Amino acid sequence: MSESSAKPVSFRGGGFAPRSVRWIGVTVFVALILIAEWGTRSGWISALTLPKPSDVLDTFRELYESGLLFKHLGPSLSRLIVGAAIGASVGISVGVLIGLFSYIRSGLVPLVAAIFPIPKIALLPLFVIWFGIGEGSKYALIAFGTFTPTVVATYGAVDNVDRTLIRMGQSFGLSWWSIVRKIVLPGAMPGILSGLRISLAIAIILLVAAEMLGAQYGIGAYILEAGSLYDLERLFAGVLILSLLGVIVSAVIGLIERRLLRWRI
Amino acid sequence: MDIRLDGIGHAYDDFEVMRDIDLEIPTGQIVCIVGPSGCGKSTLLRFIGGLEQPKKGRVLQVGAPPAGCLNPLTYIFQDFALLPWRTVWGNISLVLEDHGIRGAAAKDIIDDVLARTKLSDFAEALPKQLSGGMKQRVAIARALAVKPAVMLMDEPLSALDSQTRELLMDDLVDLWTRQPFTAVYVTHNLAEAVRLGHKVVVLSRRPGQIREVVTIDKPLAAREFSDPDLDRYQKDLWHLMREEARAADAELIHV
Repeated sequence: MSESSAKPVSFRGGGFAPRSVRWIGVTVFVALILIAEWGTRSGWISALTLPKPSDVLDTFRELYESGLLFKHLGPSLSRLIVGAAIGASVGISVGVLIGLFSYIRSGLVPLVAAIFPIPKIALLPLFVIWFGIGEGSKYALIAFGTFTPTVVATYGAVDNVDRTLIRMGQSFGLSWWSIVRKIVLPGAMPGILSGLRISLAIAIILLVAAEMLGAQYGIGAYILEAGSLYDLERLFAGVLILSLLGVIVSAVIGLIERRLLRWRI
Repeated sequence: MDIRLDGIGHAYDDFEVMRDIDLEIPTGQIVCIVGPSGCGKSTLLRFIGGLEQPKKGRVLQVGAPPAGCLNPLTYIFQDFALLPWRTVWGNISLVLEDHGIRGAAAKDIIDDVLARTKLSDFAEALPKQLSGGMKQRVAIARALAVKPAVMLMDEPLSALDSQTRELLMDDLVDLWTRQPFTAVYVTHNLAEAVRLGHKVVVLSRRPGQIREVVTIDKPLAAREFSDPDLDRYQKDLWHLMREEARAADAELIHV
């Protein structure tokens, strides 16, 4: 083979390996806001289409300075925390039971499939009758909404626990409870946490829905009031709070994942 | 404590996979079980340890397990079966916790088994940081921690590369020489069988039956890598198995 007919083998193995690049996410946010600001100032986005981002920020500052922010945020956060805690803990328990026992699985999986697609907001009137117009119905709505996705994620995660590890536990004579606590639950933890990401986002959505009906204070009530007055600045200030809430919840779960799942590759 | 298999037979529905297996596993010996793929050697091991139940026959423990034995029948698995979220230390303490052994008592046992498997420096490592050979050493240490009467080894070296396999075989011989243990060792690798087995049990293809039991008298410590005596045994075993292996290879898998 002569040297002249030799050519380098072309590289064709790249790509398909996305990773997160620092600051790109922030840059996208800033760029979108800057475009909106520039558009509304120069006039090619009319004030009716989109409020000026700087005005939204001013409204937000007013909200903060008047102390109203915490008056709205306080009840909202307590509803979110209580409702999501009830829904997630009941959901994880029921999901683990479905993952472990044949009768519970056969009995509850169709039931969960039946209640999963019901828009929980549609049941709000029912919850008002059952739990009253006060906090009870709001807790119930959020809890019910977080319950179903948590159950589905949890029993899927339990199903995916490596059976050889469970056999190992049995072969060393570990008790049933030890196997559940030390093998099944940690093994299912990655699936449960990624399920929680989804259920908690749903909890925030339902929080707003619950507060649109019969709440004096709360972010949902604030947004509803602004919407009915077509006060876009306040509407967007409310939406901004919700987005921040979502980002914070997601960051907290990310933190928990990094702590609990350090053992993963 | 000896193990006696008494007329073990097994079938999935009408499909017979094992027939009339009688076998004695005497204390202090390593009994290797070899056979073509699908002859049910791993299933037989699961019967011995009580992880599965045979349709026919009984598995008997003859005599009492030695004093201090926490888990008489202890497995070592092909895929190691270590908890990825626990360190080497934690994986061993897992099997002691249920016996109420914690703190200083646990530390004594764990330090001892880690030293015997040359893992003392790796107590705080997670399984993902270890090579395959190291992982299997951890599994061996974990098995030693419960002072088993009989070790049930299911192709323990099959997931490892051949150099690591040699190293671990040396380690197992060392362990046995220092303190003889009883083991049932299932493998498809004849070199492992003749190196580690006091007896080699050859199973036929489906339905699995005992074709022959070969006794190898040479002491374990005197056996070496590519030992001519062992090579002769290995050749004999291969002659016994060759046709069976060929036929087993050409069979359709029963789903």
